[in-house]
Amino acid sequence: MTEPRTIVDKIWDDHVVVQDPGAPAVLAVDLHLVHEVTSPQAFSGLRERGLTVRRPGQTVATADHSIPTTPRSLPMLDAQAAAQISQLERNCADFGIPLHGIGSPSQGIVHVIGPQLGLTQPGMTIVCGDSHTSTHGAFGALAFGIGTSEVEMVLATQTLLQRHPNTYEVRVDGRLAPGVSAKDIILALIARIGVGGGTGHVFEYRGEAIRALTMEQRMTICNMSIEGGARAGLIAPDDTTFEYVHGRPHAPADADWDAAVARWRQLPTDDGAAFDKSITIDANALEPMITYGTNPGMGIPITSRVPSPTDESDPAARRALEHALSYMDLQPGQPILGQKVDVVFVGSCTNGRISDLRLAAAALKDRRVADGVQLMVTPGSDEVKREAEREGLADIFKAAGADWRESGCSMCIAMNGDQLSPGQYAVSTSNRNFEGRQGKGGRTFLASPLTAAASAVMGVVTDPRTLPGIESLAAVGGR
Amino acid sequence: MAQPIVVFTSKVIPIDKENVDTDQIVPARYLKVTDKDGLAEALFRDWRFEEDGSLTDPPFILDRPGMAGRNILLVGHNFGAGSSREHAPWALTSWGVRAILSTGFADIFRSNSLKNGLLPIVVPPDVHARLRDIIDRDPDADLTIDLSEQGVLLPDGSTVEFDIDPFAKRMLLAGTDELGYLLSKQSDIAAWEATHPPRIETRASA
Repeated sequence: MTEPRTIVDKIWDDHVVVQDPGAPAVLAVDLHLVHEVTSPQAFSGLRERGLTVRRPGQTVATADHSIPTTPRSLPMLDAQAAAQISQLERNCADFGIPLHGIGSPSQGIVHVIGPQLGLTQPGMTIVCGDSHTSTHGAFGALAFGIGTSEVEMVLATQTLLQRHPNTYEVRVDGRLAPGVSAKDIILALIARIGVGGGTGHVFEYRGEAIRALTMEQRMTICNMSIEGGARAGLIAPDDTTFEYVHGRPHAPADADWDAAVARWRQLPTDDGAAFDKSITIDANALEPMITYGTNPGMGIPITSRVPSPTDESDPAARRALEHALSYMDLQPGQPILGQKVDVVFVGSCTNGRISDLRLAAAALKDRRVADGVQLMVTPGSDEVKREAEREGLADIFKAAGADWRESGCSMCIAMNGDQLSPGQYAVSTSNRNFEGRQGKGGRTFLASPLTAAASAVMGVVTDPRTLPGIESLAAVGGR
Repeated sequence: MAQPIVVFTSKVIPIDKENVDTDQIVPARYLKVTDKDGLAEALFRDWRFEEDGSLTDPPFILDRPGMAGRNILLVGHNFGAGSSREHAPWALTSWGVRAILSTGFADIFRSNSLKNGLLPIVVPPDVHARLRDIIDRDPDADLTIDLSEQGVLLPDGSTVEFDIDPFAKRMLLAGTDELGYLLSKQSDIAAWEATHPPRIETRASA
């Protein structure tokens, strides 16, 4: 009788190439995603050492971080960003790596296109020089962000040196109320455990509320694992997963499909397998969440008040809260509802998929963005953009007064010119509210697409549950 | 390839903040570079400089008198949170930082640092408080870091021990990198690949 294993153990065991005593394991990588920002120095390293890319057929690239989201017919104004893009194009051509670049119908944010193309599959190891690689864990893959030195290692050897991670069970029981979404689950988790709570661990999200989620909702949750300190977070695959993957361009077909599903059904954590840590969240009790501070752990239910530093007993935490409230220019004890908003951003690898846009559009239909508020909607990929246009979502956004953009990371990382001005407040569906993240001096409230859209209409932070017909709005779905 | 870490002594720069994220260490607009050079000017950019390029008033600790040339940071818990950008350790080492003391580091930042000859040293909270206290009393106190002995020598002659992954230690002491080690495993990798066909082919026309 073998020991019961977690899904992390199973994927791990399947991918250890060799391990010397006292050394980390040499771990095989099934899929390596590459983008323009964290790869140039890795390719330079290969050239300096005279190395090639070991498995170009298990590597795929796109341009997403620094590209403009203005019409593609316009030239790139940022010479440095343009040089980075052309370097990516040259690197991919020289080393035989397929590139879904600007102008390609499959271009998009790296964590949106992997699943969309069917490249992301259960049981895989997936890496990328981007911390939100954890997104792909939604499929029951072990997926994590790496640095540029590691990008070079994976390019050269299709392996990485890794220590076995600890496991952290995140059990979400119960059912979400209308107006409460996957984004609220993950913001609630991070608010509870803090931004360093998952360090050294891989989250496994489990429980009834997780099972009930669509794949896109699961991606939203796994995406922000890193904001809780965990390099990876995953969800065991089930019929929802298989249904999403089936028929996608790179998914196994015919007899291969049946064999793959049979293999994937073996992946879920065995009964009785032990986790190093565990936490339970009651989905029934969750409200829409929003952040008030300068890291994703500074989140509260939207009907709550901004916490007061005087209530913090730990001096370091008190200092951090004082500093955050000063940066955000918020008063201790003030309600977050009703807080003025200048910009609303809908997009990113967290919430830039078609179901996110459907939700935002449902909330905006036959309404107008409040005077003085700028709403920017950035689809997560070119395919998401086309689909949103086919479904008429783009027309709804435009009729509401929103700015409908091309796909890319855009204002989530604000390195392409899409950014806040100093002092502006934004409700953002992205993943980070760090100081200056969305533009130097900009102030970010992280929230769900529904909360973002409701806040755009009202011009202030707004509880989406107050929108008329919230039950039917919340039922707007996707795969 | 990183410079080998041997014993070194330096005064300390304290940064009394927890959860310092890599967006603070290097703001995203500096990520458009295609090499590793010149990132020292990006280090803690928005905490150090005004929009017009002048220093903040008062200056951030890095820019106060006597701080230039120091190699050791003492920082709050969970340093290096957030983005995986290796530009963070590149900027730190290019400014001159060689070791960082904290009660904890974010996983990816710790991993990236070790690959760049930057030593992340985890100490328990009581030791961290003691170090902070030493620097409070004497801002110019010297610490000596001895990687092979895994110790931090304090001004009073006592030593604080620290743990480090033995493999990472070996790499740092030798100044070699992990890629060299992985390349030495190519026959194992080839053997593994022979029994594990690729699960996908990204070049197949979709």
